[in-house]
Amino acid sequence: MRLSCPLCGPRDRREFYYYGSDDYLNRPAPDAQPEAWDDYLHLRDNPAGELKDLWYHELGCGQWLRVTRNTVTHEVLQTELVADRKVIRR
Amino acid sequence: MRIGGKGLIDRTKPVKFLFDGRAYGGYRGDTLASALLANDVRLMGRSFKYHRPRGVLTAGSEEPNALVEIIGTKNQTPNVRATVQEVFEGLNARSQNRWPSLRFDALGINDAVSPFLSAGFYYKTFMWPRAFWERIYEPLIRRAAGLGSLSGRHDEGLYEKAYAFCDLLVIGSGPTGLMAALTAARSGADVILADEEARLGGRVLADDIMVGGKPGSDWVAEVKAELTALPNVRIMTRTTVTGAYDHGTYGALERVGLHLRARANLPRECFWRIVAKRAILASGALERGIAFPMNDRPGIMMAGALRSYLNIYGVAPAKRVTIFANNDSARASARAMIKAGVTVAAIIDSRADAPMEDGTIVHAGAQVTTTRGRLALREITVRKGGEDILIETDCLGVSGGWNPTLHLTCHMNGRPSWCEERAAFVPQPGAVPGLFAAGAANGTFSTHGCLAAGHAAALAALSDLELRPASVMLPEAEDAPYRIAALWAVAGKGRAWLDLGNDVTTKDVALSAQENFSSVEHMKRYTTQGMAPDQGKSSNVAALAVLADATGRSIPETGTTTYRPPFVPVSIAALGAGGRGTGFAPQRFLTSDQASRDRGAPMIEAGLWYRPSYFPKPGEATWRESCDREVMMVRETVGVADVSTLGKIDIQGADAARFLDFVYSNMFSTLPVGRVRYGLMLREDGFVLDDGTTARLGEQRYLMTTTTAAAGLVMRHLDFVHQAFCADWQVRFISVTEAWAQFAVAGPQARVLLNSMLDEPVDLPFMGCAPLRIGGVEGRIFRISFSGEEGYEVAVPTRYGEALFRDLVARAETIGGGPYGMEALNVLRIEKGFITHAEIHGRVTAFDIGMNKMISAKKDCIGKAGALRPGLVGPEREQMVGLRVSGDKGLVAGAHLFTHGDAISRVASQGYVTSVCWSPMLNQWLGLGFLKNGRARHGEKVRLVDHMRDVDLICEVCDPVFHDPNGEKLRA
Repeated sequence: MRLSCPLCGPRDRREFYYYGSDDYLNRPAPDAQPEAWDDYLHLRDNPAGELKDLWYHELGCGQWLRVTRNTVTHEVLQTELVADRKVIRR
Repeated sequence: MRIGGKGLIDRTKPVKFLFDGRAYGGYRGDTLASALLANDVRLMGRSFKYHRPRGVLTAGSEEPNALVEIIGTKNQTPNVRATVQEVFEGLNARSQNRWPSLRFDALGINDAVSPFLSAGFYYKTFMWPRAFWERIYEPLIRRAAGLGSLSGRHDEGLYEKAYAFCDLLVIGSGPTGLMAALTAARSGADVILADEEARLGGRVLADDIMVGGKPGSDWVAEVKAELTALPNVRIMTRTTVTGAYDHGTYGALERVGLHLRARANLPRECFWRIVAKRAILASGALERGIAFPMNDRPGIMMAGALRSYLNIYGVAPAKRVTIFANNDSARASARAMIKAGVTVAAIIDSRADAPMEDGTIVHAGAQVTTTRGRLALREITVRKGGEDILIETDCLGVSGGWNPTLHLTCHMNGRPSWCEERAAFVPQPGAVPGLFAAGAANGTFSTHGCLAAGHAAALAALSDLELRPASVMLPEAEDAPYRIAALWAVAGKGRAWLDLGNDVTTKDVALSAQENFSSVEHMKRYTTQGMAPDQGKSSNVAALAVLADATGRSIPETGTTTYRPPFVPVSIAALGAGGRGTGFAPQRFLTSDQASRDRGAPMIEAGLWYRPSYFPKPGEATWRESCDREVMMVRETVGVADVSTLGKIDIQGADAARFLDFVYSNMFSTLPVGRVRYGLMLREDGFVLDDGTTARLGEQRYLMTTTTAAAGLVMRHLDFVHQAFCADWQVRFISVTEAWAQFAVAGPQARVLLNSMLDEPVDLPFMGCAPLRIGGVEGRIFRISFSGEEGYEVAVPTRYGEALFRDLVARAETIGGGPYGMEALNVLRIEKGFITHAEIHGRVTAFDIGMNKMISAKKDCIGKAGALRPGLVGPEREQMVGLRVSGDKGLVAGAHLFTHGDAISRVASQGYVTSVCWSPMLNQWLGLGFLKNGRARHGEKVRLVDHMRDVDLICEVCDPVFHDPNGEKLRA
């Protein structure tokens, strides 16, 4: 498996650290209800098909990537820098 | 026997080898199987279950019978296929699964009792009584199980792994593969041509086919010469492509040195990961057998293998051959044998309309119904039109048709489709992205068809690669149609084998269906069909056809089992090449490493780092004596320890303070320049991630330290928080762990020691930091302590680390101090109640370790909302406590704690112990641990139990800070 890092180009899967769903990007407000935090921390979809998840180019440029891929065909459809995302909340 | 004038072996290079201790002669280019056949050795193994005598069945990697052990000087390899192993001078091979000898095998008794040993025998028999499972049945079954044996020693041979990248990977070098490689290579594509045989050519050589009006071997030689001369082609022989994986990645096993005498620096095998933009599967087809009664005797083999042995190795396996087939292809074997001077007694063709053959008896519409001969085939019975004909023969070539070698196309969940006309499964196009099956692997069996298919597949790949195809002429070759009438099994008395590797018969498959294991996956597991080392390469399709018949379904309805990598057995040694011993993980060494080893310090692994455990002095017999001395040395004078392994992250920018406030639970924006603060870092779910001290070096610059264990983890976490939540902040950071060597100088004499080296005396308050000039080098000094004594940490650029360490230690020794190691460091911190990852092990909260107040109420931080969730605070939590006990009985980490008087049971556990030490200062055992509502239980006596180490004692719960609870020594 290879991922195309927007900074480094196509690189071997072993250079990356896998984190999980890109749900982790949607951090609730500090005063959000416990349900919102529970959802953010623990509840994940498990789709057969397209999925967006987070990978860290640990043995490369140190950038976090959001990867869109298909869990059935293993196709990698898109890779983008997490840092390029418009920050919604902090 | 050897046939003069035939074969591609090098008759000028004779070699001697051993089989079962006896010396034989062969030639360079022989396989063990061909050389044994040339010596008229036909008995090569014993079958797995019934221990029946077996000979070689095939001439390729699909061989189920002729498995041997290869005994080398540094290794012993079991289950090596004699059809793959090439002979070399001194090769030592041994037959398997027999005792005392191959000709007489005591477990041959299994064959006599075979009516009781049908499929499911073990499942049904070894059930009762229950007490017999472990003590009687298991040892018995274990002794009988398995084929080859292991030496029980490490394989000291050299193995390699490697990576390759190309435009086009061509798998197989028969007519299809060669034509594809030639077309792509001439067009400028970067081509890898891989073939598992020692020679290019595939069935062009095995069948001695005319190509372009000349002998096939000449055509192969010409193509090989052209490919070898091209700079854009890599030819990999003896390389089996074993699996197809995501994104054009292929695994391949190269037999680098297995065909040669072992020598230093010559790897035995190399496991390749090949990344190809496009791949062409030109792996040909595998011949399959027919399940007729007693079809397993030595001398019964694949009709196609007869041609391989004759045309490649110049060997005829017997003197009087018969052929049994349901298709035209086996006729070529008869013709080749006759041409080589071998008698062909008859051709038995199951098709009623079978064509005649000049000069040979053809029994059309006939079947072989039984065979005779104990250690070798002697005679067969043929039934034709209700009559039995006896034929004397010592070799029966069988062909039940050809199965395209489509395994790789199914490695990503693809299923093949059934082709009635060919009576075979053919690949489903597009099952593996970028991989195209062509030629016989795709069900095209004529030579002309294969050449054209290879050419066409290459053109398609070139178009995908956007390369302009160069012109290539297709050479002329035979274009005979493939005619077959399916025949899977012959009815009759006696066992008819499907899977020779695991001794599975047609009766076993029928029994499986009868007992309702009628799905093909259930049948496989019930009978073990296809689960031997050959993975049923020549028997799976026939087995599911028999199952289809037994269950009244069609073959496509029955379906196939799942094809999984690897295509051939791959040794773990090749997959894990380089990963043994110190090759398993990288090693990180401190700048003080040599200086510590010079003093005899044993090294201990801390993550990837190697750190000194203790520094033994003459007369000290145990580590404890050294450790106790070092602890007292730090408490009374001064000690020096290398603490460079702690993670160091340099953080800079206008928003650096704001960023630290966000990632630490406590405040860092209020920290004055020149001061250090202890920080607690949480995970977003509220559990403790790490702790450490962070110094403010300037208005916009901080230096964070992390624990040794979590250095990488914290860096990843900071990168995530920054990039995910505040990428627009003005902050940048980088790991400087390896840029600085840092030494703890601790003890009442620490300042005296440092002042002896400095121009200006040290004048730092507790938790202060400053630049430092030491020995003409710019460094840093921090007044922090992990020991509880007045302590400093001095940092210099890494290249000065060793010199500074040696100097510090030498000066310390003049005032009664010296170096201390990890053991003493651990005792010092336990005495002081300081935590490490033994305590913050991922399941504890700030509340648990008594640091809830460090979660600032004035700001948001990572983990704040999580840490305040119900269940993460309160008396039901296990809270950190100190434990102590007087006397010799030691506390043990990992033990569980119980309320005095409670039953000792899992549910009654009140907590557990994380760290323990003998405190030479307090003269007692101390521990840190977690106890339910522990902070309210100081003074209570609890019971400590460790069943593993047989410890059961009463200890006292107390505050975790045993030494200098008010920090007077720290601030001295």
